[in-house]
Amino acid sequence: MKIQQISMFLENKPGRISEPCKILAANNINILTLSLADTQQFGILRLIIQDWQKAKEVLEREGFIVNITEVVATEVEDKPGGLAKILEIIEKEGLNIEYMYAFTFRSGDKAVIVFRFDQPDLAIKALQSKGINVLDSVQLYDKANQ
Amino acid sequence: MNSLPFENRIWDPAETIKPEERQIIQLELLKKVVERVYNTVPFYKTSFDNLKVKPEDINSLDDLRKLPFTVKENLRQNYPLGLVAVPKDGLARIHGSSGTTGKPVLVAYTHKDLETWANLCARFLVAGGLRKEHFVQISFGYGLFTGGFGLHYGVEKVGATIIPAASGNTARQILLIQDLKPDVLICTPSYALNIAEQAKQTGIEPKDLSLKYGHFGGEMWTEDMRKEIEEQLGIKAFNNYGLSEVIGPGVSGECYLQNGMHIQEDHFILECLNPSTLEPVKEGEYGELVFTSLTKEAFPIIRYRTRDLAYIDDSPCPCGRTTKRMSRVKGRSDDMLIIRGVNVFPSQIEEAILQVSGIAPHYLIEVTRPGVLDEIFVKVEIQPGYISDKMSEMQSLRDRVLRKINEITGLHVNVELLPPNTLERSTGKACRVIDHRKIS
Amino acid sequence: MSSFWHDAGSKFNPISSIDYLPRNFLEDIQLHRLQNMVKRVYDNVPFYRQRMDENKVKPEHIQSLKDIKYLPFTVKTDLRDTYPFGLFASPMNEVVRLHASSGTTGKPIVVAYTKEDIDVWCNVMVRSLSACNVDRGDIVQNAYGYGLFTGGLGLHYGVETLGATVIPISGGNTDRQIMILKDFNVTVICCTPSYFVHIIERANELGIDLKSSPLRVGIFGAEPWSEAMRQYIEREANIKAFDIYGLSEIIGPGVGNECICQNGLHIFEDHFYPEIIDPETLEPLPDGEEGELVFTTLSKKAMPMIRYRTRDITSFYNEPCPCGRTIRKIRKISRRSDDMFIIRGVNVFPSQIETALLTVEGSTPHYQIKLTREHGLDQMEIQIEVTKEMFSDRISEMEKLQNKFVQSIERIINIRANVRLVEPHSIPRSEGKAKRVVDLRKI
Repeated sequence: MKIQQISMFLENKPGRISEPCKILAANNINILTLSLADTQQFGILRLIIQDWQKAKEVLEREGFIVNITEVVATEVEDKPGGLAKILEIIEKEGLNIEYMYAFTFRSGDKAVIVFRFDQPDLAIKALQSKGINVLDSVQLYDKANQ
Repeated sequence: MNSLPFENRIWDPAETIKPEERQIIQLELLKKVVERVYNTVPFYKTSFDNLKVKPEDINSLDDLRKLPFTVKENLRQNYPLGLVAVPKDGLARIHGSSGTTGKPVLVAYTHKDLETWANLCARFLVAGGLRKEHFVQISFGYGLFTGGFGLHYGVEKVGATIIPAASGNTARQILLIQDLKPDVLICTPSYALNIAEQAKQTGIEPKDLSLKYGHFGGEMWTEDMRKEIEEQLGIKAFNNYGLSEVIGPGVSGECYLQNGMHIQEDHFILECLNPSTLEPVKEGEYGELVFTSLTKEAFPIIRYRTRDLAYIDDSPCPCGRTTKRMSRVKGRSDDMLIIRGVNVFPSQIEEAILQVSGIAPHYLIEVTRPGVLDEIFVKVEIQPGYISDKMSEMQSLRDRVLRKINEITGLHVNVELLPPNTLERSTGKACRVIDHRKIS
Repeated sequence: MSSFWHDAGSKFNPISSIDYLPRNFLEDIQLHRLQNMVKRVYDNVPFYRQRMDENKVKPEHIQSLKDIKYLPFTVKTDLRDTYPFGLFASPMNEVVRLHASSGTTGKPIVVAYTKEDIDVWCNVMVRSLSACNVDRGDIVQNAYGYGLFTGGLGLHYGVETLGATVIPISGGNTDRQIMILKDFNVTVICCTPSYFVHIIERANELGIDLKSSPLRVGIFGAEPWSEAMRQYIEREANIKAFDIYGLSEIIGPGVGNECICQNGLHIFEDHFYPEIIDPETLEPLPDGEEGELVFTTLSKKAMPMIRYRTRDITSFYNEPCPCGRTIRKIRKISRRSDDMFIIRGVNVFPSQIETALLTVEGSTPHYQIKLTREHGLDQMEIQIEVTKEMFSDRISEMEKLQNKFVQSIERIINIRANVRLVEPHSIPRSEGKAKRVVDLRKI
């Protein structure tokens, strides 16, 4: 059920984000979504990419530091209260969210929220038992390519 | 544990004279100091005149009660040297403590005062077992703060070896203890526990360190904390008391029996008063400590209200010292906080945040002691126009608050930025401080 | 003070009289003290005895001051190898103080003092202060850091012995420094020269005019500074700025000091015997030639030093000083013969930083130390290239790592450095080896 996420270390200075994007484009690799967390000094770029193995390979070849982490993608209705429902479940289980970000597809009325949990397996179980749709990678990229 | 250092030794014969004899000396010295301040310090002349009391009205120790009180505010109003009773070129040293506003409260010493001070510190250091051959690590801050210097000169007087480690950098403190093998540790009690804890975290058993005993002060602590320190570090832990307005550390200190701090009555008269009525409490009852200095040249002080709450024990001590003893301080009669040995007033935090643009004038101070070291959290609200989606900007706003507070109080605090209007607004007196520490 | 001393000038302190002895008298004292000291260390310190035996030199071979060249050198690593107490020449119960300074790796260098050593230190400090016209009536703000560093307590005891008023404010908190400076009519300030430049700039910002304040003397040391910096300080604060020299291994501040001529630092030669050698051949150089400064302590009890190589590069003055002092002068220290640098008055070796990084990561990452000076304040940034093992997708983990580096460095050098995590291969390498220190400060 878990999705592979690519994370990269970048210095917080002009032009740093464009470089990995250019490398991926040159290798015809498509980014489904991304999020950037930054501090005063550095940033961590997180990417969701279907062919993450190839992306990792080309980025590492260019000298970037790339880590693969497992995240959880859930589908919520793109309307008020959608996220709140999920957070309530997580809170009740006493689980920790390290970070999260969201995106929507071109079509449809659903949004996808990507979570990084400290205990992803417990989180998946809890969410599914409450009827939340947790996407595996096949489902995720199918929807993306629709 | 080596029991040898704790044999009973007396540094100064003045500690064991008959109380009646000491009272005669006290009265003589009191008359002198009252006359001197009346004639040399305009502040005291005015405050005596306001109460229509003259130096010649002091004919017994009880007459002390005719004299006006001195409070911290008076020291601030007379900043920098308005209360000094000697010509400026007679001053050897300036020290200070934090005031409630930007100006510190400063005190001054002549060479003779420094001599007196060193001797008083030597008294309680020896009472706790200090010998010439001991190594002493002083992990108090040096500087304007009196803690480091008071003890430093006391140890020097006894002739033991000083390792002037000063405060901070705990990992380095532990390295020094391991390598230089001091017998004695001098710092705040919470810092002693912090050293023990951090040693453990790095795989060092604190009991196996060379330390035999420690003299701790500068903040309030409890009997439980003493047990904790003694167990964790495998040492004897002694309490001492002092404040820079009176002289610094050395006003009182424990002997090896650890049952109350011997007050250096030949240099200070201590009263214990009900903070509301300002009448003396019964012996053994808690009250506010009020000190009058008898021998200080540069900065004599009359009936100084310390705001510290403790009680006095007049029963004889088996160690042979004939002075009265005071209990540990169990609280304050004002809102001052003591964080890691540093005095902090909520008004200082307020002053700091008012100087940072983007921060609303509301705050909450939470003090905790998660492990052994005090932690202070200051929660402040961001003003609506200053919220940024850039984490880096928010971090630098937080850092500005942090630095300002550090500049004013000298403390490293944790600052938490809150969205506008999240702190509770009370209609009456705002509750600015939540102290989660268990001290008394 | 007798009228005799009064005649010599109001600022003349009798303790300084030894600074004016005829050379032959001074040299007699030096030789006598040297012979006693060499005998004492030979008898009491196994390290020196062994070194001297290896060099086939016995105490009785020292018949003239020139014979000092037969004695073996002592270097910083000897202090490390004998750490902590291996070079002590006095019984422990006579030692009253320990101080510490930077070692080259994780451990500090420890130095010791007896009561007599402290007295000697006070004596040379009073002579230093008198040389820059500081006297009893002065109010001295001591902004050197107090603690194991010798700067703070060294100046403090000197001022106290002289009989002036000391304000032991220690380092940091510039606004408070300026407030006290102003409120107490301070006449003398002691700190690093760069920190005083910072004080000047901050005072200007606050609209406080130092030029019209009673401040008249600055005693600046613990780091190299230039003639241009002196002119700036003297002009902007309307004071006289003097250079003080010292190192913990020898005693601390007070090994040498400028006089009112401000043209070279007088060495208190009756206690510290100076030589200047060629750092390559280790041969003594003729007076006036530039080389490495070497000291032999003549009166230290707890921890005497024989021919200690300071690594400071300077030269002797040949001409007599117009101030009348007969003790020799050296030029301002121009550079070092090793890779040590000084930040905010604290000596740092790149190898110390390396040790600190190694402790955190188990291996030494690529790093570079960048030194800058903003408004007189030294900044040290340590750039560390992130490796795959260090990297986490969580900001909090990365911040934790950053903190670990900061703490590990602080533990060893006692300074909080800025640690900046940088991308791999972003530190330029020359022939595979990265340049470790980039010093962008203008001194």
